[in-house]
Amino acid sequence: MHEIEMLINGRSYSGLAEARMTLADFLRHSLGLTGTHLGCEHGVCGACTVLVDGASVRSCLMLAVQAKGAIVETVEGLAATDGKLSPLQQAFQDTHGLQCGYCTPGMLMTIVELLRENAQPSEAQIRDAISGNICRCTGYQSIVEAVLLATGGKSAGRMSE
Amino acid sequence: MTGHDSQKPAVPAALSVGRAVPRLEDPKLLRGQGQYLDDIALPGLLECAFLRSSAAHAKIDDLDVEEARAMPGVHAVLILADLMPKLTSGRMPLGASPTGGQSNSTPFVLSNSEVAYVGEPIAMVVADTRYLAEDAAARVKVAYTPLPVVTDARAGMSADAPTVRTELESNVLNSFNVGFGDVESAFANAAHVFSDDLWQHRGCGHSMEGRGVVAEVRPGDELCVWSSTQMPHDLYYMLQSMLGLDQDRLRVITPDVGGGFGPKYCLYPEEVAVPAAARLLGRNLKWVEDRRETFISSIQERDQYWTVEVAVDANARLLGIRGRLVHDQGAYAPKPVNLPYNSATAMSGPYMLPSYSMDVVIVHTNKVPVSSVRGAGYPQAAFAMERTMDLIAFKLGLDRAEVRRRNLIPPEKMPYTKKLKARSGAAMVYDSGDYLASQAEALEAAGWKDFPDRQARALAEGRYIGIGIANAVKGTGRGPFESGIVRVGQDGKVSVYTGATAMGQGIETALAQICADGLSLPVDDVRVIAGDTARTPLGLGGFASRQLVTAGSSVHLAAKSVAAKALAAASVILDVPQADLELKDGHVRVLASNRAISLAEIARTLRGAPGYAFPAGTEPGLESAMHWRSDSLAYANACHVAEVEVTPELGQVEIKRYVALNDSGRMINPMIVKGQVEGGIVHGIGNALYELMGYDDSAQPVTTSFQEYLLVTATELPFLETILRETPSPINPIGAKGVGEAGTIPAAAAIVSAVEHALAPFKVRISQTPITPEALFRLVESSKTN
Repeated sequence: MHEIEMLINGRSYSGLAEARMTLADFLRHSLGLTGTHLGCEHGVCGACTVLVDGASVRSCLMLAVQAKGAIVETVEGLAATDGKLSPLQQAFQDTHGLQCGYCTPGMLMTIVELLRENAQPSEAQIRDAISGNICRCTGYQSIVEAVLLATGGKSAGRMSE
Repeated sequence: MTGHDSQKPAVPAALSVGRAVPRLEDPKLLRGQGQYLDDIALPGLLECAFLRSSAAHAKIDDLDVEEARAMPGVHAVLILADLMPKLTSGRMPLGASPTGGQSNSTPFVLSNSEVAYVGEPIAMVVADTRYLAEDAAARVKVAYTPLPVVTDARAGMSADAPTVRTELESNVLNSFNVGFGDVESAFANAAHVFSDDLWQHRGCGHSMEGRGVVAEVRPGDELCVWSSTQMPHDLYYMLQSMLGLDQDRLRVITPDVGGGFGPKYCLYPEEVAVPAAARLLGRNLKWVEDRRETFISSIQERDQYWTVEVAVDANARLLGIRGRLVHDQGAYAPKPVNLPYNSATAMSGPYMLPSYSMDVVIVHTNKVPVSSVRGAGYPQAAFAMERTMDLIAFKLGLDRAEVRRRNLIPPEKMPYTKKLKARSGAAMVYDSGDYLASQAEALEAAGWKDFPDRQARALAEGRYIGIGIANAVKGTGRGPFESGIVRVGQDGKVSVYTGATAMGQGIETALAQICADGLSLPVDDVRVIAGDTARTPLGLGGFASRQLVTAGSSVHLAAKSVAAKALAAASVILDVPQADLELKDGHVRVLASNRAISLAEIARTLRGAPGYAFPAGTEPGLESAMHWRSDSLAYANACHVAEVEVTPELGQVEIKRYVALNDSGRMINPMIVKGQVEGGIVHGIGNALYELMGYDDSAQPVTTSFQEYLLVTATELPFLETILRETPSPINPIGAKGVGEAGTIPAAAAIVSAVEHALAPFKVRISQTPITPEALFRLVESSKTN
């Protein structure tokens, strides 16, 4: 067992983990931060995406011990301390960018990373950024619209309703 | 008018119904505060893993669990014999809630003597952690004697085929004919007869959250089971029977569900094994499916092979259809044979068909068992019919939309009775809809008329573009009932209890809207409690695009009943005639005065505090329970038009435009309707182009991760253009029709129609889904050599 300490959403956490324990399981089950979800456990679906030292990682493919001493950001850190949704989260609600909500934490963290690099992404850039996140419910369009809404961007699509 | 407007309704008209009210579900989900199955934490919770068959068909000669049992952290390694003291049957019941009806086609809780597909559960390990449980499962030694396998249903139905299980005498589970009219004379008198062989493959449901079960043992021999299921009440009835539990000792709860799409409609062996083991060991247990397990153990809706012959008159009007449908059932039939029945009865869809005869054969194979995936047999039927429409157009040199227009049921014939029976036994009556107008509107929006010019120009540039069309009808709102209980709390806030299951589709918000309008309250004052058998005694759950229609109708009637009760009680309490009262903003107000009484106060009064006078002539409690009953279906319709560009050298398909018209009757929340339609379309696009659950010749699955099994991602899609029509259903009090599956059903047929059209210069005929790049490339190449 290894003792690990990391800064998660601005708060220090520590715990014991076997060398083989994934970061996702450590966050979820050792620390009780269950907002991060597991959809495939082989790095394809993106539901478990968190930011480690500012870069997105699949927490199902990273070992907890590898995140020792790291700065970790998860979905629980996005809303304000009083619970107010961040502009991106609010845009998700406004555009119906989620249905079952299971892929949503990974989507949000992926987009948080995108927006730090590019505050005004185009529709194509947004689709590209979330192409590693699978959503079975929404058909993605409302997610793309959420990002455009949050960033003041415009959809290239034709609205016919 | 004197005093007040006597025409004025006592409850104001809709405030939130019909509006894009933001979902009540969202804030917690967006904060990561949802509670999905795997998030449930209990004291001393142990974790389970299943040892699953690695053989597609084999006799189990020996199971050695001793080494696994001895491992540190392992609490138990269980086979069926170990669980039997806690079970009334080692075999799952047929269907769901029926307690009888045992059949020899249902799966075993654990299968220890013979396995019939890769993934079939054999043993169950209970350990401190899932990591340890998987370690131990890998140490269980299984000695198999391989038995012959059936991989193709068409081969499996022959008399000399080996059986998929040694207990069977034949792989044919069932066969029947669905038909009406004089099909023989239709063919004898037809101007033209065409035929085709079709294969449609749908793959898996793949909700992002897999299945999962938690069982908690409670004092007094009680058991609480959480399951990520679409059917908590069915699970309750089934567990009560399978575990022999007193009804008051069992509670089933469905927490937040990370998507259903059909596979969570079925009740699974793990949902029995985990609770039985919890009772056996006296420990709280959890099992959560991983993605590989989804591929090899969650229900798939798999292949159907159709042979279709169509007879038309000189004007391309349908005279008759006949053929054969071979349905691959997989190794077991956990449900009755609803799915192929749906397919066979749904084939004629929105069209007028004078005669029909479809021979249906349901055949077992050594693959994962089959039940519903989004659309439940309808997408195959739509594919068969829409491909047939395209075939007629191609053979007769007619426009594909024109052939459809000539055969669509016109609005003046509504309600239209098909000469078929729905599964409930009731006549199949299309309640409302304007299919001609729907198709015309979709074609107009998609620029159908101009497309030949565009196609010619593109072809001159060496680009292969095509446009495709598909119509669909879906019977929704399947009964016989769903519960809706509306209860006003002592603080005036309202709770809605329902047997409908929230699985991500927004049903809580939609029901809250209906209730809020019925009681003239803000939506935020309504809380919906779904999926808890202790709080809602009766219910069915989520399937067949039924919940909004059935639960919505119940909630609507219950809210109206509560409103009437509040008005009656207020009349007594305030001593004012009811005609002078109105319900508004959570209060019963006396018209033309400032006097009012809040719903909260009425609820407190009707609570009947001891020693205080109870209002005369009123019933206790400000609440109402409704179980709206229906055997009829509300038929939603859709018309999809897809535009694609195909690169023949690569077999690559790019979707350039997608226009989808959907009519699901009265919309409670158009935003939710649009979301359901878009999600459904993308599921159908996946079926058309990407999703292939592959098996090799020995029935070994070859797609067991998302690296081999491709789901649609955001980059494959154009901007989806959704047109929402609203033809109310006359058969339910809210005018709604279901929407969850309507987007999926025509999508694959529309895409394939477009791809075939793009490749018109090669004269290829596409008779299958998915149409992978390799399959498309081969079609193009073989057309060149022919």
